[in-house]
Amino acid sequence: MLEIKDLHASVEGKEILKGIDLTVKTGEVHAIMGPNGSGKSTLSSVLVGDPKFTVTKGSVMFKGKDLLSLSPEDRSHEGIFLSFQYPVEIPGVSMVNFMRTAVNEHRKYNGLEPLSAPAFLKLMREKRAVVEMDTKLANRSVNEGFSGGEKKRNEIFQMAMLDPCLSILDETDSGLDIDALRIVAEGVNKLKTPEKSTIVITHYQRLLDYIKPDIVHVLYKGRIVKTAGPELALELEKKGYDWIKEELGEEI
Amino acid sequence: MSASQQYIDIFKQSKSLIDKHSTPVLNALRGEAMDKFEKHGFPTKKVEQYKYIDMEGVFAPNYGLNLSKLDIPVNPYDVFHCDVPNMSTLLYFVVNDSFYDKLLPKVQLPEGVVISSLRQTANTHPDLVGKYYGKLANVDDDAVVALNTAFAQDGLFIYVPKNVKVGRTVQIINILRSDVDLMANRRVVIVLEEGASMDILFCDHTMDEKNFLATQVMEVYAGRNSHLGLFELEETGLRSHNVRYMYVSQDSDSQVLLNNMALYSGLTRNNVRVRLEGEGAEVGMYGMAIEDNNQFVDNNTFIDHVVGRCRSRELYKYVLDEDSIGAFAGKVLVRPDAQKTDSQQTNKNLCMTKSAHMYTQPQLEIYADDVKCGHGAAVGQLDEDALFYMRSRGIDAYEARLLLMFAFVNDVIDTISVEALKDRLHHLVEKRFRKELNGCGSCKICK
Repeated sequence: MLEIKDLHASVEGKEILKGIDLTVKTGEVHAIMGPNGSGKSTLSSVLVGDPKFTVTKGSVMFKGKDLLSLSPEDRSHEGIFLSFQYPVEIPGVSMVNFMRTAVNEHRKYNGLEPLSAPAFLKLMREKRAVVEMDTKLANRSVNEGFSGGEKKRNEIFQMAMLDPCLSILDETDSGLDIDALRIVAEGVNKLKTPEKSTIVITHYQRLLDYIKPDIVHVLYKGRIVKTAGPELALELEKKGYDWIKEELGEEI
Repeated sequence: MSASQQYIDIFKQSKSLIDKHSTPVLNALRGEAMDKFEKHGFPTKKVEQYKYIDMEGVFAPNYGLNLSKLDIPVNPYDVFHCDVPNMSTLLYFVVNDSFYDKLLPKVQLPEGVVISSLRQTANTHPDLVGKYYGKLANVDDDAVVALNTAFAQDGLFIYVPKNVKVGRTVQIINILRSDVDLMANRRVVIVLEEGASMDILFCDHTMDEKNFLATQVMEVYAGRNSHLGLFELEETGLRSHNVRYMYVSQDSDSQVLLNNMALYSGLTRNNVRVRLEGEGAEVGMYGMAIEDNNQFVDNNTFIDHVVGRCRSRELYKYVLDEDSIGAFAGKVLVRPDAQKTDSQQTNKNLCMTKSAHMYTQPQLEIYADDVKCGHGAAVGQLDEDALFYMRSRGIDAYEARLLLMFAFVNDVIDTISVEALKDRLHHLVEKRFRKELNGCGSCKICK
């Protein structure tokens, strides 16, 4: 589904990604871990086309298409979704209006008529239930005045609405209490089907207790330095990253 | 010849003609007004309130004046199909400067309510009109007000007697209509007696692709405990120039809500002066301007807290695209006796391009010590993070930009107290941002 080859990217002239190779097959769940500042969020931003980052080298193929040549909106239409680490507040734009526009733009891209008002509201109701989101939140401005947990829940709600085939969860567990973490993770699992792939970026095993990865990668200094099965996450939880740095021959 | 001189000459040559086609109440003030105008001439940019606008330039072109009140053929209903859905208004027309009395709403107004020609009413009720006309709009304080006073022959008079509540919204359509370039000088007097209540919507349209200059001086008296909603919606054309003065005097416990929405025009200058003269009076002064091309909108406001325990709320928002220019100056004066004043002023602006310009100037003068006064002004660009966030959800850049601009002015629209009008405004503003509202021409938006 996703094939990243030798990806280099920089922000304000500073190179952050220094040659990423990563292949995600249909139905797989990949976890990307790594110390702070290693480039995890940059990777997710580059995949969804954040204009703040410049790709300097490499290629990304998504469902056989050259992803890097697509606009952010078309990447979304093609089925990529990023659950933001820091969701943006948009005062004055209601959640309903925001989602209706987004859903209908997706439909337009796929040659479908816009959803009728009742059909749209029904969809909202159904998907809200996935993350147990309060009706009141849906009537407010996008993320405005939402708590940290509500914002993350709202990300997964949007994911449910847009039904992507590749979801990237960027530290979706940060800022969540135990109950909220469970609800959000269960939401993600409810949306999972064998046709869909997921990339989970996290620091902690606790999210991976719910969303079970098939493959775990360690991203360090802009490169993927280790790839293994789910047991790697447990090992990292216990031992931290120093042993990996040692393996790389770095001074600790 | 200077711009001032041409008006002085026309006045001298045509004084008797102007008088003949007007009424003694209006005629009585002309001479002195012209003296003041001759003395001061058009204000230059050195005058603080006119810092951002070249008034002499606005008045310099050679406009025609219809001083002998020749009938300009028009049937407003032929061109005007624009109704506010779900809001059956009491609809009236003012063509250039004249009240259009050939087609009036076929309803009985509550007893004593007058919505009529200023000139006619001044003929039939000279004492009533004379009591209010020219009393707030001081020819000493502004040369353009003096010029308007010297030339104005007609306009609109609205009167609501004590404790009368007019339930339906009154809609006044100002139409600029002419086969040659035209200047129209219009007067409006609105009087709400104690306990009276009314909502008025003014819509400004242009019918012809000609150069227009409309000056309007409006005097508003809000009696004790009266309620007035006054909404102004401007959709004229790039060749329309509008210079408006609004003077509002509020007695105790009166509530006035002003909302000025400049959706489309060439040049607009609004001067709003509100005097809070009775305790407990409240004013909400709101406005928005949506501009592109080389449009220019300048709002110059002054809220005068004369006595204590009054409340004022002011919010203006501008969205400036392409090469447009916006200006806002907001003066709030809290006089020594105006203790317990509660005042808040906000001006926020979006510049969509590097060539769009915004000038903003909050000006608070506070001479009382037990008051709550705040102000804020900001000029910025669209939030890039919000834009990207929306695009990442599949909303294309153009739509995302629209949603953000729309969201930006939303809180100004939301201050409108008439629900149907609020809905209509949401619709019009969206059309405006989509550039589907290209001025009126022959009133395209309504068809």
